[in-house]
Amino acid sequence: MERKIRILIAKPGLDGHDRGAKVMAAACRDAGMEVIYTGLRQTPEMIVNAAIQEDVDIVALSILSGAHMTLFPAVLKLMKEKGLNDVLLTGGGIIPEEDMKALEALGVGKLFGPGTNTQEAIEYMKNWVSKHRTYKVV
Amino acid sequence: MSFTSNVPFDVLQFAKTLTKLEYGDPTVLDMINQNYQNLGRAYRIGVTGPPGAGKSSLVTMMAKHYREEGVRVGIIAVDPSSPFSGGALLGDRIRMQQLGADENIFIRSMASRGAMGGLAEYADAAADLFDLYGFDVILLETVGVGQSELEIAQCADTTVVVIVPQSGDVIQGMKAGLMEIGDLFVMNKSDDPFSEKATQQLKSAIHLKEWGEWTPPIINTVATENRGIDRLIHQLNAHHSFLIQTGALEQRRQQRLVRRIKQMVTEKVERELWNKTREIKLLQAIQERRQPQHILEEIYQDFRGSFYVGNESESN
Amino acid sequence: MSEMKVNPIDSSAVPQSIRDEDQNHLHEIEKYQKAKQKWEDDLKKSKDRGGYYYSVSSSPIDILGLPETPPKHFLEKIGFPGQYPYTRGIHPNMYRGKLWTMRQFSGFGTPEETNERYHYLLQNGQTGLSVAFDLPTLMGRDSDDPWSTGEVGKCGVAVSSLRDMEVLMHGIDQGNVTTSMTINSPSFILWAFYIAAGEKKGTHRSQMGGTLQNDILKEFIAQKEFIFPVRPSIKLVVDTIEFATKEMPKWNSISISGYHIREAGSTAAQELAFTLADGFAYIEAALDRGLDIDDFAPRLSHFFNSHIDFFEEIAKFRAARRIYARIMREEYHAKKERSWMLRFHTQTAGCSLTAQQPENNIVRTAFEALAAVLGGTQSLHTNSMDETLALPSEKAVTIALRTQQIIAHEIGVAHTIDPLGGSWYVEQLTDKIEAEAYEYFRKIKELGGNRGFLPGVIAGIESGFFQREIAQAAYLHQQELDRKDRIIVGVNDYVDPDEKIDIPILKITEEAELRQKEILKKLRSERDNRKVEQCLAQLKESCENNTNVMYPVLECAHAMVTLGEMMNVMKSVYGEYIEDSVF
Ligand SMILES: Nc1nc2c(ncn2[C@@H]2O[C@H](COP(=O)(O)OP(=O)(O)O)[C@@H](O)[C@H]2O)c(=O)[nH]1
Ligand SMILES: [Mg+2]
Repeated sequence: MERKIRILIAKPGLDGHDRGAKVMAAACRDAGMEVIYTGLRQTPEMIVNAAIQEDVDIVALSILSGAHMTLFPAVLKLMKEKGLNDVLLTGGGIIPEEDMKALEALGVGKLFGPGTNTQEAIEYMKNWVSKHRTYKVV
Repeated sequence: MSFTSNVPFDVLQFAKTLTKLEYGDPTVLDMINQNYQNLGRAYRIGVTGPPGAGKSSLVTMMAKHYREEGVRVGIIAVDPSSPFSGGALLGDRIRMQQLGADENIFIRSMASRGAMGGLAEYADAAADLFDLYGFDVILLETVGVGQSELEIAQCADTTVVVIVPQSGDVIQGMKAGLMEIGDLFVMNKSDDPFSEKATQQLKSAIHLKEWGEWTPPIINTVATENRGIDRLIHQLNAHHSFLIQTGALEQRRQQRLVRRIKQMVTEKVERELWNKTREIKLLQAIQERRQPQHILEEIYQDFRGSFYVGNESESN
Repeated sequence: MSEMKVNPIDSSAVPQSIRDEDQNHLHEIEKYQKAKQKWEDDLKKSKDRGGYYYSVSSSPIDILGLPETPPKHFLEKIGFPGQYPYTRGIHPNMYRGKLWTMRQFSGFGTPEETNERYHYLLQNGQTGLSVAFDLPTLMGRDSDDPWSTGEVGKCGVAVSSLRDMEVLMHGIDQGNVTTSMTINSPSFILWAFYIAAGEKKGTHRSQMGGTLQNDILKEFIAQKEFIFPVRPSIKLVVDTIEFATKEMPKWNSISISGYHIREAGSTAAQELAFTLADGFAYIEAALDRGLDIDDFAPRLSHFFNSHIDFFEEIAKFRAARRIYARIMREEYHAKKERSWMLRFHTQTAGCSLTAQQPENNIVRTAFEALAAVLGGTQSLHTNSMDETLALPSEKAVTIALRTQQIIAHEIGVAHTIDPLGGSWYVEQLTDKIEAEAYEYFRKIKELGGNRGFLPGVIAGIESGFFQREIAQAAYLHQQELDRKDRIIVGVNDYVDPDEKIDIPILKITEEAELRQKEILKKLRSERDNRKVEQCLAQLKESCENNTNVMYPVLECAHAMVTLGEMMNVMKSVYGEYIEDSVF
């Protein structure tokens, strides 16, 4: 049996614009993934706690409020502290290119801006998982 | 591995073990098997009902309540997989996130995967794992719509059926077989003006049936406002004591085991029966246009024969 | 084939009906002439702004196009401008009387910085203010709340107390400039800050004009900036409607918004239907409060999105006026003509803009603005080209404003009323969108047990109906883009692979957050904290007793109680809302 990719899609911070998060969730489902959606206004603690319990391969954050330079690092730091070393942190939103680069340097995965083709993002995630996640189903 | 010792709970490892179990990893199955004697400590509560009835909200409030009593709570929440893509959107956590990052609550969302036969087994085994890892109460949320979901509900010691006061819900519930499996009925959303009438309907429906020693009570709740949860917990405790005192708990667990072992035997036999050789034989016989009845007899005799000849060729 | 049975002797049947129709038609023409006469009379009575109504070839421009002979149902469906059902516009002379208000939504960083921007905009010909608050403020949190970390001043200006509002409006005559405030859950508090700030400068509240964008229903439906559960949220909106009706005759007590519904991915018909349904829900709630419809309806305003599909948008605006007039008159029995008129603000579609080749956004915005003007909007915000990248720079904001000025003064479209009225295609599209909206109304009412819009909208929110419809439309749209069925220039076609974006991006530093925190700390230590406690206790009592919160909130404002402090007290009474996510 092929192992399904599990992805946690979350909206951290105060921002409630969930169009992108929902479209992405639906696209991931239709690409055969199991999507755990946590809803709005999640703290980094809540997000990482859920990621651990759900044993997800990917944590994806959607941030449109401009607080990405605070929220991505906060989640990443917690993930590392809790030992989530083989989990991809990715996401999307209105994030200027230089900020994307700065976040990537910290260890955040590729981030997707407005106008991204959802299939492109899904391809990226699938690739990442096949390269980095070790657990194989017997 | 022993689970009675004070080995600190490793949440990461536990989460990964659940995943392995979900994919039928033999090492995990074996571990459960080895620790069979330690099973049965946890109280398993199934919560089922139509979509949107408030199951997740109720489970959240129940978990809160149990936490206040200092009890460790495990939650398994099952949502349907998409029949088209095999993917799933699992949204039960949305309500449960308010439980915060409490290390004594472990929530796992699960997709039903379309592997309908296996789902109940997995849920059952997952509950075993929670049990082994020292969780005291296990809450199992499933959507009460299909046969397999009803089966999952039967993995529980106590099954709570959640209904809402929307017209027709009670009748729908009866049709779906929900009336048969409830040990407790919750009329959630009792803030709805129609709830009194619906409760009456439900009462009549319940009284239509012969129940034996335990007649399921109806509990009115408003999950979103944490109302009626005390009464629900009280009734759960009552049912739990009832199960213990009458020996019904033991009986239920035995029945569960009977079902599970039967299932496992059937699967094993099936695997052995339909090995490559017989599959090919079958196909050939069909291509030669032989009578089905004859093919059946031949394969059956061949299978039976294999037991006398010895099973070297079948297993290794 | 069946045989036709015609009685050759009885010739009266057919000719009679023709005669009836003739009669009706004559009657209609008579009514048409009368309506036309009325329009002409109204036109004479209306004030003209004194524009120069000549084409670029110096030939005079007609104010209105009319059919040679009116088609069937002309008066019921199209009519004359300034007349029921207002399909062609709510004024007899439309933009010849007054141009739309050019109102650019703006705010960022600290109140000091935004105040500076406002002075700049007013000097550059902007005619009204529109305040964008930052996310913590929108969510009822002070700048020093832990949840506010990283968000202070990012998407708008941070306002945590009356002190901040006084700085924001410093040097601006609140009796003269009209101000629109986009603030949802805590709208009554920010409004109280605004009123208090004006009154401290000596302007009486009855002199203040503006709009409160406190449509909370669309938050549940689309933008998700809710705090309290649905029912208390509606109650609080009715409080503001009641307060405006009694105390602030120049204020638009609510702006019923479709903008965010559209941004969340809805279709045009969904935007129209859900927004109007929300409005009718408020009306029913206000009627339940005992208000008279003709006392408050004239000050209700709407807010729509102008998306990229040119004709569909124009049809939507025209249909909106017609549906609204009809329902206000026929279902709610409003008597004043002003109660029937749908007045609206428009913003061009942020979601139609692209991060790629951002200069193209100027063109998109221009088309969208044009659609809004052809659709008869009362005020307009045009987006800046760099909005998908960050906060708009000054240059981008100026271009956006200039776009409106070009539409108003150069291309001539403002001189003629509803120039597309009577186009077969546009009329047909108007009818179509109208029918789709009515179909949604039917569904919404049904969800609430056919007891009106209010129960229907509440049920629609709680059951996730609206959210699901919108999420599905948004997903469908994304799939069209992914498959390239729909082309967006620079995004999924005509892509420039070596694109380098050289638009200066305005970035908000963390300094705003630090400054705000300091100011709050000082404020909390210097104010009379006993007074603060008293005022908060009064506010709590008001919430518990279900009285209008505006009065205790104004008291709190004057006592320098902060936004977050008031909201916390109210949360303890009302609780907080958790949304189910539906897909
Ligand atoms: N009015 C009311 N709404 C409730 C109650 N319990 C749950 N809900 C709402 O019903 C919806 C579905 O709840 P959820 O727990 O997700 O249901 P599930 O699908 O059965 O798990 C949510 O919007 C809840 O807020 C209740 O007791 N009263
Ligand atoms: Mg659920």
